[in-house]
Amino acid sequence: MTATVPMTAALALGDDALVLSHRLGEWAGHAPVLEEEVALANIALDLLGQARVLLSMVGDEDDLAYLREERAFRNLQLVEQPNGDFAHTIARQLYFSTYQHLLYSELAASGGPFAPLAAKAVKEVAYHRDHAEQWTLRLGDGTDESHERMRRACQALWKFTGEPFQPVEGLDAGFSGLETAWLESVGDVLRRATLTLPEGARTGAWSAGAGRQGLHTEPFGRMLAEMQHLHRSHPGAAW
Amino acid sequence: MTNTDWPLWEVFVRSRRGLSHTHAGSLHAPDAEFALRNARDLYTRRGEGVSIWVVPAAAITASSPDEKDPFFEPAADKPYRHPTFYEIPEGVKHL
Repeated sequence: MTATVPMTAALALGDDALVLSHRLGEWAGHAPVLEEEVALANIALDLLGQARVLLSMVGDEDDLAYLREERAFRNLQLVEQPNGDFAHTIARQLYFSTYQHLLYSELAASGGPFAPLAAKAVKEVAYHRDHAEQWTLRLGDGTDESHERMRRACQALWKFTGEPFQPVEGLDAGFSGLETAWLESVGDVLRRATLTLPEGARTGAWSAGAGRQGLHTEPFGRMLAEMQHLHRSHPGAAW
Repeated sequence: MTNTDWPLWEVFVRSRRGLSHTHAGSLHAPDAEFALRNARDLYTRRGEGVSIWVVPAAAITASSPDEKDPFFEPAADKPYRHPTFYEIPEGVKHL
């Protein structure tokens, strides 16, 4: 690996993967059915693997994951949102995996410092995206209750969907093109799921999105406390 | 776990090209597409397969344990039923 890995970009991508991985891991023991629990855990493990590679590019992975304060994390506010009900988890996954798949496809072809990782991860992410789409279709086009819950979840997380397309220092990607493709893809999935693209601001005063600057939402502090307490209480603990 | 509403599926995995699909286990899923995805997560995450079949467990007709004798215990005094008089050429595998 060349010495020119941009720190900000590596942390942004690595923290997205790390934080979402932890959130999905929280389903272990709580998922609606055993088969789905395994599916979510597999996605979490894929993301954790990506996070380890990305964080190791710019420092010690354990120090970065377990010893940084909240303000030093550069993940999107979208990925730190609590699991909520299953529909919220699927809506978050649909929004994020679609974004990550489009972004990693571009990075894989770019030849930049993230190309090797992106080329490997893009296959995993394609599966995450498919999993989220399949569930969105079934929940949206399912019972009255599943439709309503899916609609509510898509709406609740909508204000976090502008942030992924803000430029990131050191990340060489065409964000406005990505955003167009994202809107098209998510809109298509929601339509097929008998839902509509939510309304409301995705950028500006009524939206959210300063995670990349280190500003996070309230639930993130509690998540970090749980994620970091073992390492902080017993530094260097190992199996 | 309230997955009793979901039907049971039997999973068959082909581990390599040239081999046949072998029964790997079973799982619950709401429909065939998800059964395939769940099978991928449960049975092929460590590179165990190149192809998966899922079959609704209800579609399988199984032999009954009561019929074990007439089905599986033919008289053993007919050696010509057993292909033991052939030389197997070298290099023939999976036979």
